[in-house]
Amino acid sequence: MDAGGDTTAPAPGDAEDLEATQFSNEAAGDSGGGVHKDPPDPGDGGLEDTGSKAKDQLPGELSSLPQSEASSGTCELWSPTAPGSGPMGGLESGPGGQGGDPSSGDPSDEDWRSQRKHVFVLSEAGKPIYSRYGSVEALSATMGVMTALVSFVQSAGDAIRAIYAEDHKLVFLQQGPLLLVAVSRTPQSAAQLRGELLAVHAQIVSTLTRASVTRIFAHKQNYDLRRLLAGSERTLDRLLDSVEREPGVLLLGAVRCVPLARPLREALGALLRRCTAPGLALSVLAVGGRLITAAQERTVLTECRLDPADLQLLLDWVGAPAFAAGEAWAPVCLPRFNPDGFFYAYVARLDAMPVCLLLLGTDREAFHAMAACRRLVEDGMRALGATHTLAAVAGLSNAPSASAPAYSVQAVGAPGLRHFLYKPLDIPDHHRQLPQFTSPELEAPYSREEEQHRLSDLYHCLHARLHSTSRPLRLIYHVAEKETLLAWVTSKFELYTCLSPLVTKAGAILVVTKLLRWVKKEEDRLFIRYPPKYSTPPAASVDQNAHNGFFTGL
Amino acid sequence: MAQVDRALRHGAAPDPPCVFKLVLLGSDSVGKSSLALRYVKDDFRSMLPTVGCAFFTKMVHVGGASLKFEIWDMAGQKYHSVCRLYFRGASSVLLVYDITSKGSFLRAQQWLRDLEAEFLPGEVVVMLIGNKTDLDKERQVTFEEGKEFAESRRLLFAEASAKLNHQVTEAFTAEARELLQREEERVDQTQRGTPRVTLNEGPPRQAKCCAR
Repeated sequence: MDAGGDTTAPAPGDAEDLEATQFSNEAAGDSGGGVHKDPPDPGDGGLEDTGSKAKDQLPGELSSLPQSEASSGTCELWSPTAPGSGPMGGLESGPGGQGGDPSSGDPSDEDWRSQRKHVFVLSEAGKPIYSRYGSVEALSATMGVMTALVSFVQSAGDAIRAIYAEDHKLVFLQQGPLLLVAVSRTPQSAAQLRGELLAVHAQIVSTLTRASVTRIFAHKQNYDLRRLLAGSERTLDRLLDSVEREPGVLLLGAVRCVPLARPLREALGALLRRCTAPGLALSVLAVGGRLITAAQERTVLTECRLDPADLQLLLDWVGAPAFAAGEAWAPVCLPRFNPDGFFYAYVARLDAMPVCLLLLGTDREAFHAMAACRRLVEDGMRALGATHTLAAVAGLSNAPSASAPAYSVQAVGAPGLRHFLYKPLDIPDHHRQLPQFTSPELEAPYSREEEQHRLSDLYHCLHARLHSTSRPLRLIYHVAEKETLLAWVTSKFELYTCLSPLVTKAGAILVVTKLLRWVKKEEDRLFIRYPPKYSTPPAASVDQNAHNGFFTGL
Repeated sequence: MAQVDRALRHGAAPDPPCVFKLVLLGSDSVGKSSLALRYVKDDFRSMLPTVGCAFFTKMVHVGGASLKFEIWDMAGQKYHSVCRLYFRGASSVLLVYDITSKGSFLRAQQWLRDLEAEFLPGEVVVMLIGNKTDLDKERQVTFEEGKEFAESRRLLFAEASAKLNHQVTEAFTAEARELLQREEERVDQTQRGTPRVTLNEGPPRQAKCCAR
């Protein structure tokens, strides 16, 4: 059908070309890195081959599908039908006669279409599970088309990975019985979008475990998984929001720490190490989704190290407003550690502060032991006098942005520097267990959502270029419209800086030198240098429980 | 029941009050967490669905006696299988439905059947609560329907509104009074030398009173 034909996009190579030209105004070349404009990324292009194949064959196939109405409606969503007008205008003025299409009946339709990035989760049977925007019910036809795309390519013994359609990228990710789709017009690379989809999947697995998702769908293919995920949607929304508001977390695969004087952090670490309970595997102190300190059980987590993605997932999870009152006890799965087993998590706010204690154990009956453990931590914190400092750290946050304790970029004392992401790579071996990054609060001119998105996009672009599979770069100096950016990766760190647009190249190097010196000086405060470890009491029953917790599913 | 018996056996002194485990049951978004939050902290907020189980404690004074409620507030359906274990040791259940949702009322009846499979008759004090009386205009379950059902199954019954703080404390207090009364009867029985065999008594667990 014509609508299907309209999705015909430039060949993947072209799409990459377009991306490359976005950097045409970058002042290429620098003494250190030798930046050149990249040719179209052949590696990525290769990856997307399946996508292009699918696309070429699609129009015919779609028209032969019985639910042609649905397919036409959906394809128009993303196909610029009227090249003259802006893409969105073209979309809205798309041909009528789709009164039956529920997505066009959605009152929030205009808003819905103008979103920068959509993320959908659906079951293999095409049953909607999650949509970032709009009501899932209204989108069942759209999701039907996605299933059709996937199963069509599958029937040819292939897997669809991405479609490039003019200014949109569609990325598909199949995870067991779940299909995740991102439809984006941000400049994020397909690999980065895939990373986001993996994070969404991890979040779902953390509430249900992979084994139980598989079992549920093996048992009943058209099961409505939303029933089991009630409440998790908001967590997914917050996760996807954070990608744009705090791009570092997913981009760098690292957690963000609360800056804290080293003696205090170590005292808190020692305190967590002291307050143990049988079966306890991990204790975390966090505030506003950022890490104060975390202590791990030595034997449990040394062989299978704690993945930063798992830790970040926990940090996101305990930030949920549902945990604001009382003490909570809930099963949670760490997908990287073991996607098929549950841990049991005790979550409580300490002393009515926004500081949150998470105790993760293997014993599902250990609530009271964990609660006792919390009281020990509270007493210990009072004895340390840490309560006051932490309240100050947490309180400081309430002013600029919601509960995000951090520091101002002014602290660096490098005029012209607006924002940065810094991830140390030169860490002692045991320290590598906890990849971290630091970054100041977003301040003016990045206070509005629009500006934050622009900055996030720029960081994503630079990241994609530094980590291009075919042609990685070490240094990029990029003059954008409203800011200048410098990204630099060495064996010791990975750094993204955002500078004022008027900075000169020499000036930028000066600023970065200053920044590096500052980070070196503040290192002990910005990062957790020695993550504490403990050994829980060796009780015979604990081992038994540990195995139950780790290796059996629901 | 287990810990209550233990509390009575060991705690002849009035000092450590009896601890009763109270479990809130009901469909999603009928207002279980709101009832608990209103009762324990006298607070109300539009809450997100509970994750797992939330835990609160509250001291109650009824007449001359006092008791401590350990309130377990469980997520509606999601953790159904996982939270089954929280039934264990419960002495009191608040079965909550939303008066503006017939479905939640029917579901409450289903929960009751589950409970009956889990417990001996009379082992737990069950109270049926129709929440959200502030939305009286959208009511789908009449007061009489609720009351009739409760009476037919010998449950305590109340309608309440966590939002307006209407009948919330009263409901919990009624539950507490009933618990204490049954406890007295049971003590009388025990003293008359008819030892009760609790089939459901699980493996020995930590005494709740000593946790602190």
